[in-house]
Amino acid sequence: MTPDIGLILGIDGVATGSIYVLVGLGLVLIFSVTRVVFVPFGDIVAFSALTLASMQLGRMPGTVYLIATLAVAACLVETVHQRRRGQPKRIVRGLVGYGALPLIPAAIAWLTAGMNLPTGAQIPLAIALVVPIGPLIERIALRPLADASVLLLLIVSVALTFGLSGLGLLFFGPEGFRTRPLTNEIFRFGSVIVTSQTILMVATAATFSLLLFLFFEHTLPGKALRATSVNRIGARIVGIRPGSTATLAFLLASLLGAVSGILIGPTTTLYYDSGFIIGLKAFVGAIIGGLASYPGTALGALFIGVLESFASFWNSALKEVVVFSVLIPVMLWRSLSLPQTDEEDVEVEE
Amino acid sequence: MTRRAFYLPALVVLALLAAAPFFAASFTITLLNYIGIYALVALGVVILTGFGGLTSFGQAAFVGIAAYATAWLTTTQGASPWLGLIFGLALTVAVAAFLGAVTLRLGGHFLPLGTIAWGLSIFFLFGNLDALGRHNGISGMPPIFIGSISLEPTTAIYYLIWGVLAAATIVIANLLESREGRAIRSLRGGVVMVESLGISVFRIRLITFVIAAILAGFSGWLYAHMNRFVSPTPFDLRMGIQYLFMAILGGSGHILGAVVGAALITLLQNALQDVLPHFARNGEQLEVIVFAVIYVLALQFARGGVMPFALRFLPHRAWSSAIVPAAPLPRRTMPASGTPLLTVERLFKRFGGLEAVNQVGFAVNAGEIVGLIGPNGAGKSTVFNLITGVLPSDDGRIVFLGQDITRAGQRRIAEAGIARTFQHVKLRPSMSLIDNVLLGTYVRTRSGFIRGALRLDRAEEARARHEARRQLKRVGIDANPHDLAGNLPLGRQRILEVARALAADPALIILDEPAAGLSRPEKTVLADLLRSLRREGVTVLLVEHDVEFVMGLVDRIVVMDFGAKLVEGTPVAVRADPRVQEAYLGSVA
Repeated sequence: MTPDIGLILGIDGVATGSIYVLVGLGLVLIFSVTRVVFVPFGDIVAFSALTLASMQLGRMPGTVYLIATLAVAACLVETVHQRRRGQPKRIVRGLVGYGALPLIPAAIAWLTAGMNLPTGAQIPLAIALVVPIGPLIERIALRPLADASVLLLLIVSVALTFGLSGLGLLFFGPEGFRTRPLTNEIFRFGSVIVTSQTILMVATAATFSLLLFLFFEHTLPGKALRATSVNRIGARIVGIRPGSTATLAFLLASLLGAVSGILIGPTTTLYYDSGFIIGLKAFVGAIIGGLASYPGTALGALFIGVLESFASFWNSALKEVVVFSVLIPVMLWRSLSLPQTDEEDVEVEE
Repeated sequence: MTRRAFYLPALVVLALLAAAPFFAASFTITLLNYIGIYALVALGVVILTGFGGLTSFGQAAFVGIAAYATAWLTTTQGASPWLGLIFGLALTVAVAAFLGAVTLRLGGHFLPLGTIAWGLSIFFLFGNLDALGRHNGISGMPPIFIGSISLEPTTAIYYLIWGVLAAATIVIANLLESREGRAIRSLRGGVVMVESLGISVFRIRLITFVIAAILAGFSGWLYAHMNRFVSPTPFDLRMGIQYLFMAILGGSGHILGAVVGAALITLLQNALQDVLPHFARNGEQLEVIVFAVIYVLALQFARGGVMPFALRFLPHRAWSSAIVPAAPLPRRTMPASGTPLLTVERLFKRFGGLEAVNQVGFAVNAGEIVGLIGPNGAGKSTVFNLITGVLPSDDGRIVFLGQDITRAGQRRIAEAGIARTFQHVKLRPSMSLIDNVLLGTYVRTRSGFIRGALRLDRAEEARARHEARRQLKRVGIDANPHDLAGNLPLGRQRILEVARALAADPALIILDEPAAGLSRPEKTVLADLLRSLRREGVTVLLVEHDVEFVMGLVDRIVVMDFGAKLVEGTPVAVRADPRVQEAYLGSVA
């Protein structure tokens, strides 16, 4: 390997890594606020890219049906829940929040299907279509278990991965898509070539990380999320509703996932189930950060991107093996450096 | 219902299973073979998840390792399948031990996440290694022979599969009723209590993980020689996840849940494959959605799986309440009364900016009852946690029976002869009273995993049970020793903790607020019990808020306030001390 190739691989790795940064931040956000290890998160990334690809091909994105399915299910769950609680007046609110709101972008996409909107309109529409997936899944499957153990929530989230990949196949079909490049410039620095796509990926990841930081530091909802992740019961006592922080966390994370999908779409062919591996690689990055630290996650995710890039140069068939094997030294290091914690409340059965 | 009513249905089921090859269609037998093979893996998940509180999504990978190992050895090296079994199991154990050693110190969600990654890696590895035939896999393995009998026919290997499953179920059931099995069952719900009993959480977790992997290894070996073909797909992550859900759906709290879950999912899958194509072009996509919905609903509404519902229709196990006579467990020789037992010197502990324990020192002599009192937040429980090794001290020295235990850790301190109870009761509510107390005897007994699994531990077990019953009787809650500990009122739960601590035959027993939540008569009984312990030479150190209870009982009192020792002396002297009055009531002046 020459230094030039090393540099190219490194730059490539940082570009991929910046996707993992966004996904990893979303995962940590969800985990710290709701204690859910949200395994299907990668699917949101893939669905977002596939949505944009369908729009570019002038087709109606399968996301419309996906959202409709999820919205109906969420409305059912919410209605039953409010009736049981004896608060039928809240049902209307639930129907608006979980039914009407997510269906607005879906309706727009349905009406404009085949109209070939300009890219500047397609991208926001694709993002708006995908963003409700997270909060809807939270309402359907996770909120009824909000007080369960981390382990149980993890098992549920793995079950959801099954379901979401099945729905993905149903609505997006088995073929793979690649979206049109967003930019086409090429910059040369001496012998090094950097594409504008790479710059766009890195810059967007940096921007959204910064926005997330500002949100946490300077807004009340951001502080509520932080408070919840520090101490759930304490946050509840001062009047922060666990339900609304969960929705907000999933909404923000979905946004990060959707943006990642738009960025990664032009660089590789994605299938309905490609998101799983993307999500898991971001997880490896997040575990490097202990599933708790945002800067740690960002660094870990960049490291995974670079590692993957070099591993695929060495043996592209075994790159996944290399990336996931990194978990072993990472966990060993974590287990030696983290203090033992008690009361991990492992309760699977009643 | 009588015992016969319980055994009759079981015998009918067993007879039907045994005779199945003579009347069932060959497709049914194939299905039963798969159920047996899956159930073996699910059985591993049941002890891992349902009993041990650990979760693995990667069991399919262990199945794969064993299957590929025997496939490779029997095809390329021409070895016998029996050698393939040994090779496959050895490899599985080695990999499981390595992975476990790395990940099992990290509790909670790290292990399962690690198993997801590892399940995926193995799948890619199988599919990309030339020696393993890449995605085409390996075919042409020989059938298993027992003597000269070939197990090639489906109906022949059927007996081997279900024989192995039956043997595994019995061995695991034995294990769970043994000393180490109780340790496995105690893993769920926090490690501090477990370590305080002298049990190494890491060791128990590791061996449990390896046992689950061994069961998966047997399953892989059977799979490889039944199918005589292996490829990566049956060992992928999806299958690994399915094994977990077999255990959960069947009932992870019960050994038979594995078989029930494996049967349920296999039959359901089979039925869906017949029905779903009528609804969609590609039935497979609907199948995963249906399963996902079932899984999520099951986790929301029936976390215990099917077994708890099934058990309602079966009679409960009838326990005899008689104490089975057995030789008592050997007791330690108590140190001579009045000799120094525990010395605490300049103990210091800081939490961030708070000096929780500041230069505390006191001594406890053998045969004394010493009370540690002080207002809330004085640092009493922290001192207890430092002495018993739950927390590491920042400075100071703790000597017990002439041995420096300052850095010894909970387990060694328990072995040295200190037993304790907790301010917030730490019991296993889903275990019976007697099982909770038996946990206390762990440090006094020796039977390991293999002895337990093969029931070679019965003599020692009988002695331990005798001891546990004796302690339950002694503290006055031996009416229903097989009731669940969680059903006791809180005060009685405290007393149960005392019984557990006594079962360890400690030289020093440390009680953190033992009388809290007790009624007045119960307090009297407890005080009498502690006095009788003193007569036996057991030393007692206790934190208690009920001053009346303490004053009438203890020989000496140490008073703490704001992390420091205030006064030490006899109850009368302490009661008269103005500094103590000030600490409790505010300044008198």
